[in-house]
Amino acid sequence: MADQEAVDLDRRKFLTVATAATAGVGVVFAATPFVASWSPSERAKALGAPITVDLSKLEPGMMLTYVWRKQPIYIFKRTPETVAKLAAHDAQLKDPKSSDSDQPAYATNEMRSLRPDVAVLIATCTHLGCLPKQRFEPADAELGADWPGGFRCPCHGSRFDLAGRVFNGSPASVNLRVPPYNFENDNTLVIGSDDAAVQGAA
Amino acid sequence: MASNDAASQVNQGAGFMGWLNKRLPVNKFISDQLLEYYAPKNFNVWYFFGSLALLVLVMQLVSGIFLTMFYKVGDTTAFESVEFIRREVSYGWLIQSLHAIGASAFFVVVYLHMYRALMYGSYKAPRELLWLFGMFIYLALMAEAFMGYVLPWGNMSYWAATVIINIFSTIPVIGPGLVEWIRGDYGVADATLNRFFSLHVVAIPLILLLLVALHLVALRQVGSNNPDGIEIKENKGSDGKPVDGIPFHPYYTVKDIVGVGFFLTLFAVVVFFVPTFGGLFMEEANFEPANPLSTPEPIAPSWYFTPYYAILRAVPNQRIGALLLLLAVLAFFFLPWLDRSPVKSVRYRGLWFKGMLAVFTVSFLALMYLGLKPASASYVNAARVFAIGYFSFFVLMPLYTKWDRVKSVPKRVSFHE
Repeated sequence: MADQEAVDLDRRKFLTVATAATAGVGVVFAATPFVASWSPSERAKALGAPITVDLSKLEPGMMLTYVWRKQPIYIFKRTPETVAKLAAHDAQLKDPKSSDSDQPAYATNEMRSLRPDVAVLIATCTHLGCLPKQRFEPADAELGADWPGGFRCPCHGSRFDLAGRVFNGSPASVNLRVPPYNFENDNTLVIGSDDAAVQGAA
Repeated sequence: MASNDAASQVNQGAGFMGWLNKRLPVNKFISDQLLEYYAPKNFNVWYFFGSLALLVLVMQLVSGIFLTMFYKVGDTTAFESVEFIRREVSYGWLIQSLHAIGASAFFVVVYLHMYRALMYGSYKAPRELLWLFGMFIYLALMAEAFMGYVLPWGNMSYWAATVIINIFSTIPVIGPGLVEWIRGDYGVADATLNRFFSLHVVAIPLILLLLVALHLVALRQVGSNNPDGIEIKENKGSDGKPVDGIPFHPYYTVKDIVGVGFFLTLFAVVVFFVPTFGGLFMEEANFEPANPLSTPEPIAPSWYFTPYYAILRAVPNQRIGALLLLLAVLAFFFLPWLDRSPVKSVRYRGLWFKGMLAVFTVSFLALMYLGLKPASASYVNAARVFAIGYFSFFVLMPLYTKWDRVKSVPKRVSFHE
């Protein structure tokens, strides 16, 4: 039994570390399906398909709310006067050119839209996801004489203009997001797909 | 070793107890934990809240087990099943009220328990780990309470879930993907409700029980602090027992039962006569089903989260706001290492610490109040002032605890009657 005395400590340490490392790899592999199970299911993804909206009855100054991917979408028409006034309050905005905000390339403009008259915005506040309320009347008693009209979030007081751009002093840091969308024809809006819009812009 | 053997001979007893004690250390456990566990003899009312927290934990587990028998998880069934419990299950209204109000009671006793530690320096060496386990219990409790709040699927449940989960979206790069992963959908949905149910009913209670066990084991290892902040183990009599200690049983078991009596009386008054507690313990907006198209106005989280919520709202930048919210919670973890004072209890500290503790107390309560109010400019400005007060207690602590002119601590505990 002479070999009993000569314990190879280096070999023992190597085997211990190698076993622990192998077990660690195993844990990562075993955890993967459990972590992945939390991602949106195939059903949730399928229910997130594009939706179609009929705009023929939407008057300027009116707003429609649709739900796409569990998110309310605000769709409203702007009058030519409103569009003309949008650039006037750039100085009061955090991101007037939408350079830090999230929108498709074709909506990265002053109007934040494909067409100047139709605005399409994801109605969840970019702060923490409440629904900003419609405050379209300018010079609102609560929001001040220089209020140009837009939205105010009831949760934390973020304010947005009629292009969804955030005002200075709001807890939100970026403008309301714009979903991908396109127009099938003048009065038919498709939310969730922008193939036609991208081709049209190209 | 000989004396140990002798003691165990004495303790083992005869007959069934003798048979049992050979196989399970029943008497040894009772002796170690109760009869021979010496606690300082100068505990005051602030020392009720640890045992009360344990009581509330048991109440929540029992009422929760029974609610789970009737509750139907799912975005189309959850709200209706809670109404069913409240209106049609025999005594369902009582079990549901006990559980919902029990959540608030849990935070009442835990906040008072934590405040006791702040006053008497119970987080200081050698009780750092005890304090950390307690803080992890507090974190687990916040997660448990938040997820439990979502389960009735009322409109406030839905929007609280939306707002709280969206705080994670402020994390750079991974934020938006992380939020989608937590929700399991593009918005708060059935998938979110189901996973929160699983976590609320299985995962977090298991974690809580484990942490409570560790908290108690660590407490038995270092012993309780006391209102004088004197280590009673450093002054032992000729019998080897602390001269300022008394056995936990019967002295403190009996005292704690008196505390339990007072607590249950107050708790019953709330449950039977003011169950909503003016909208603080149950909110009106949560008696309407979840509606993704209508944010309740005004929106406010449960009262026990509002100090942090007021801090979040006070910052005009969402990323910094979320970061300060996180720091406001985590700051407590660092207390044992921020405090440089040679004394533990506020009784022997100087004006600096007393003043800063007062600033912290006022700031915390003021933020709690402001978080319940709408986000108007004057409330937000006030919240900014109190947020500075809140953080200065922690950030300046290494300085003012050093400058503080402390009194000398006596060798024996005292009674302030």
